[in-house]
Amino acid sequence: MENKNYQALLKSKFGENISWSEDKPNQFYVNAEILLDVLKTLKEEGFGFLADISSVDFKEYFEVVYQLFSFVNSEHLTIKVKLDHENPAVISATSLWETANWLEREVFDLMGIRFLNHPNLERILTWEGFEGHPLRKDFVWKSGRN
Amino acid sequence: MAIDKEKQYLTPEELEKKGVLLTSLDKLFNWARGWSLWPFQFGLACCAIEMICATQARFDLSRFGYEVFRNSPRQADVMIIAGTITEKMRPSVERLYHQMAEPRWVIALGNCAISGGPFVDSYSVVPGADQFLPVDVYIPGCPPRPEALIHGLLQLKEKLNHPEKVRLKNYGK
Repeated sequence: MENKNYQALLKSKFGENISWSEDKPNQFYVNAEILLDVLKTLKEEGFGFLADISSVDFKEYFEVVYQLFSFVNSEHLTIKVKLDHENPAVISATSLWETANWLEREVFDLMGIRFLNHPNLERILTWEGFEGHPLRKDFVWKSGRN
Repeated sequence: MAIDKEKQYLTPEELEKKGVLLTSLDKLFNWARGWSLWPFQFGLACCAIEMICATQARFDLSRFGYEVFRNSPRQADVMIIAGTITEKMRPSVERLYHQMAEPRWVIALGNCAISGGPFVDSYSVVPGADQFLPVDVYIPGCPPRPEALIHGLLQLKEKLNHPEKVRLKNYGK
């Protein structure tokens, strides 16, 4: 966990827009407005691999989770963004990583979070004509059993 | 036919002893079909592993003549639905079934193919192959043993050989 320097770096660059807890030193909470800048900064620091994008429904708000990995230092960083539940939207990371395209489509499909500036924001897993976002807590499905 | 001559004719059993077999063409065909079912080689989930296992040396499905798994639906007689049918897969399964030449039969292998199994309430899983296909034989298990698949195919053979005793529950009387 030798990433104190990332905390200092991000703190000096983004100030109050970024926060973390001491017991989880490689996990950062970031304001949605500066997300792309943070990801870009970290990519230049060696975190060239976007391992995954996932999301969590906390009922009051959403969290989008970015998993970054650095092959240079073999380090792992988690970036989290909180979004409101009414109209969740966040800037797309496709300008930094091509792989974000499908990862974000999955999050959009299952959780209904919109990614701004995404080149092709369509459903990727569920079929054409499917309504709703099945991983949301308020998703209701009537069973088809006999 | 004169009644008094009737006793001179041989019964089918007596003819059989003399090496003459009387049967209808349908019966003959069904008998032949029952011994050479060609399954369609496709699997949807883990039950396919058991299906593969049934064809291999330990269980040796070819003892019964059912080992000719065809890669094309146009050459296959039996569709073994081995695994979970997802809503996204349903159109493909349906299309493959319709591409098979008649007569054709369907075996639902495993709980998922029978009723959706543990995923029956899921938004993405079809609750049973009989929602859209006429299933002939249901083989329960999660997954079923290869012996169960062999037994199911033999039951299908029985079904073929006795069409008068068979009727589908949901399709026709």
